[in-house]
Amino acid sequence: MLDVLIAGAGVVGCAVARELSRYALDVAVLEREEDVGAGTSKANSAIIHAGFDAEPGTLKARFNVEGCARMGALSQELDIPFRRNGSLVVALTEEDLPKLAELKARGEANGVPELRILSGDEARRMEPALSEHIAAALYAPTAGIVCPFELTQALAENACVNGVLFHMNTRVEQIEAIDGGYRVRSDRGTFDAKVVVNCAGLYSDEIHNQLCDEKLHIVPRRGEYMLLDRKAGALADKTIFQCPGKLGKGVLVTPTVHGNLMIGPTAEDIDDREATCTTAEGLAKAASTASLSVPELPLKQVITSFAGLRAHLDGSAHDFRIGESRPGYFEAAGVESPGLTAAPAIGAYLAGEIAVHLNARIKPDFVATRRVVRPRELDFASRQALIRENPAYGNIICRCEQVSEGEILDAIRRPLGARSLDGVKRRTRAGMGRCQAGFCSARVMELLRRELGADFEVTKCGPGSPMTVKDGKER
Amino acid sequence: MKQVELTCICCPMGCNLRVELDGGSIASVTGNTCKRGDAYARQECIAPVRVITASVPVVGGKLARVSVKTAAPVPKNRIFDVMDAIRLISAQAPVRIGDVLCENIANTGANLVATRSAERN
Amino acid sequence: MERHELIVIGGGPAGLTAATAARKAGVEDVLILEREDCLGGILNQCIHNGFGLHRFKEELTGPEYAQRWIDEAASLNIPFRTGTMVLELSSDRILTCTGRISGLEQLQADAVILAMGCRERPRGALNIPGYRPAGIYSAGTAQRLINIEGRMPGREVVILGSGDIGLIMARRLTLEGAQVKAVAELMPYSSGLRRNIVQCLDDFGIPLKLSHTVVNIHGKRRVEGVVLAQVDENRRPIPGTEEEIPCDTLLLSVGLLPENELSELAGVPIDPATSGPSVNENFETGVAGIFACGNVLHVHDLVDHVSEEAECAGRAAAEYLRGARAQRHEIPLRSGDGVTGIVPQRIDPSALPEVLNLRFRVRREVRNHYLSVYAGGERIFHQKRRIMTPGQMEEIALKRELVPLTTTEIRVAMEEA
Repeated sequence: MLDVLIAGAGVVGCAVARELSRYALDVAVLEREEDVGAGTSKANSAIIHAGFDAEPGTLKARFNVEGCARMGALSQELDIPFRRNGSLVVALTEEDLPKLAELKARGEANGVPELRILSGDEARRMEPALSEHIAAALYAPTAGIVCPFELTQALAENACVNGVLFHMNTRVEQIEAIDGGYRVRSDRGTFDAKVVVNCAGLYSDEIHNQLCDEKLHIVPRRGEYMLLDRKAGALADKTIFQCPGKLGKGVLVTPTVHGNLMIGPTAEDIDDREATCTTAEGLAKAASTASLSVPELPLKQVITSFAGLRAHLDGSAHDFRIGESRPGYFEAAGVESPGLTAAPAIGAYLAGEIAVHLNARIKPDFVATRRVVRPRELDFASRQALIRENPAYGNIICRCEQVSEGEILDAIRRPLGARSLDGVKRRTRAGMGRCQAGFCSARVMELLRRELGADFEVTKCGPGSPMTVKDGKER
Repeated sequence: MKQVELTCICCPMGCNLRVELDGGSIASVTGNTCKRGDAYARQECIAPVRVITASVPVVGGKLARVSVKTAAPVPKNRIFDVMDAIRLISAQAPVRIGDVLCENIANTGANLVATRSAERN
Repeated sequence: MERHELIVIGGGPAGLTAATAARKAGVEDVLILEREDCLGGILNQCIHNGFGLHRFKEELTGPEYAQRWIDEAASLNIPFRTGTMVLELSSDRILTCTGRISGLEQLQADAVILAMGCRERPRGALNIPGYRPAGIYSAGTAQRLINIEGRMPGREVVILGSGDIGLIMARRLTLEGAQVKAVAELMPYSSGLRRNIVQCLDDFGIPLKLSHTVVNIHGKRRVEGVVLAQVDENRRPIPGTEEEIPCDTLLLSVGLLPENELSELAGVPIDPATSGPSVNENFETGVAGIFACGNVLHVHDLVDHVSEEAECAGRAAAEYLRGARAQRHEIPLRSGDGVTGIVPQRIDPSALPEVLNLRFRVRREVRNHYLSVYAGGERIFHQKRRIMTPGQMEEIALKRELVPLTTTEIRVAMEEA
């Protein structure tokens, strides 16, 4: 019997796994996709929120502020691209001004440091691309931007290095209480564990409802985004939110930690938990709403668009649901925004509770750090020396993002390494640039086959997504 | 008299050709701007032909495949026979441009030749 | 720092021709840098025929055309480094490059010729809504997979965009046994060569749907179908005209963009009409000693024209390196009615070659219209063309003596009479 079984390898599941790997416990993670962070964790705003949105006293407020505070040290420890660029909430009209004051007061009650209200002109001096109509802004210097892919991967890799087992392409189908724990049936075998942690995101209600009397209902809330070329990245330095008002929740304009510009998300409640498709209306809405705060958006420089589904918990609570809902059954359900920010704090909290529950002891040989070779970030001499030592770092595969063969091989060979084009893309950025994999996909496919065997079926994102077919004639 | 309109495929100009057919024979070709267009129109109306290009695997080469073409145009209605034949062919490195990889492919009278070289690995 | 007289960035048809022309014009020290493992550029995957009719008076396939220039460069002993990617270029012509063999290094060039070619516009640039499954390829990526690697991208295919690569791939996929269900084109005309519509679509009964676009993509993991819709004169989809076509593959052939990231790093001014550097009649960009030719300058229909321009660029670079530079007085070339993207963008009327080739595109499809060139108010050229279409580059061969030395502006226009 396992000590702990975690359902779901999104950012929350991986954070729990990483924190649990500090203890001498047998831990396994089940993930239905072929890669970690392949659901909500890969399609979001990639923002580390300062923490003024949530009502004081809520779990959202608590874990947001704590997660934001943790991110600096965590990003150093696990080598995750992260920058505290600060955020602005802009008041599009005078009517929004009281709302800014309210947000500031709420943030202060939540313990967010250094919040400041700026006049429209002060805000424009900080962000010259802001609309002239903006009346004022709430400035939060502790907000940041992170690579959501690498955050999740880093947590998972570190957990893996410290002994957590990951079962990919494994979907939880049924869960029941047994003597001394739980029995989880999946499409790839049955697992017994003393403790189960439900981090199943959009499907967390399905697991919960099999074990608890009080029923939950997750509503997928779709958000559509557009990503712009790096040439547009300099348009904004801070993350620019809109004040929630008459026009709805508003959309943000933000640089990404890799230097692109991103706009979105829309918010639309839908029924289908798999409907990660974009819509013509949604994309148009994201663009028109974003242009209220930044009027001169160079929309011709859009290189891709995408949609993500937030796991919104239906009901009046408007909060995460985190903790032990029955003995030995822990959960993190309804983790929508600011979930990415909160994840490391949620992970630490749940792992602590579980450790107490299992009376676990700390492992003396826990490895807390992870390192990635990033040739582009080295100075000339160090990069030259690196390439001399390993010429694969000098062979550029993705020309738009200048990703080398060496980095792609690393991505495949790392713990929980890439097994698909998307896996390589999310680890290295190969294919993430302005040509959107036009030139490099054939070469990345070749590298995957070289590493994993000539017969390895290269997919975009796991089973059912083959990149090529055997023969055009077979039908 | 019957009139047929064609777009010339001999060169990128793509001239609009008009062919006057008198029974089975060609009375006139107009619209062409060169001799090749005239010849194309006459051929196209009686027995259309095309050059086929494809690629075939190379055994023991620095390249995995080399590109090939039929050294002469083949009848249009034999295109898929030629493709079926090409699919059975592989080349042995080294391959030089112009090497005949298959004589008289699919009995069309045309040879299949390499259009790229591949050195031995 | 390693120094060279002339460095050519790109070993495709433009780079090879420019390098050989420069060598023939007396430049001893020429170096070609190529990011792929072989010379020849994109022509290596363009295995169809139809290349070289202007240049060599015979019909060659892409690899054969490339080989002619590779052989020419070899016979002149022009050195090259393959697998070498230029990461940075400065306005004083310092190149930072990296390669498996040469490692990371900096090179100083007295002159540079930009010949990096172009890339395909991706799906994102069109904002086609829907899922993002496997099975969506740009036409060039599919071309590489099939022709170079012998792998089939899919079996039932819809192609968006009727540019030449899209048309060529429709035929290529059909020959390999796939079923091409339709080629959709947003515009009311094809941007491909007429002969390609005949021999790539008509030959195989593949429907060309003009004024149509893809409005949705179905299939979460692999494409399961696309929805086509007709568009109005403003290129907006017309509700009610949607048609779902089941398929496993969507190929995009929706335009090419010159790859000028390096040019921009070097401060080379870019012409928004061509998305390439603004050049003079010597193909010299706005930065002294940096020249441009081929698809990085403007996207061509015919490689023969690429070679012709690249030869001029190579010769001009040689001239520049000789240091014999007279004082230049440049005037702009402007696009008048119905015309866009003229190359060159500026000329010195007193320094023209015997015949100045102006290349540009018309903005709409017309029949029996005239192309006119004006010097100030005076019309110096007037010629009727039977058919002109935006998909095909137009060319005017302007004799030197027609250009008045004192003119301050040249304007090219398309006119009804």
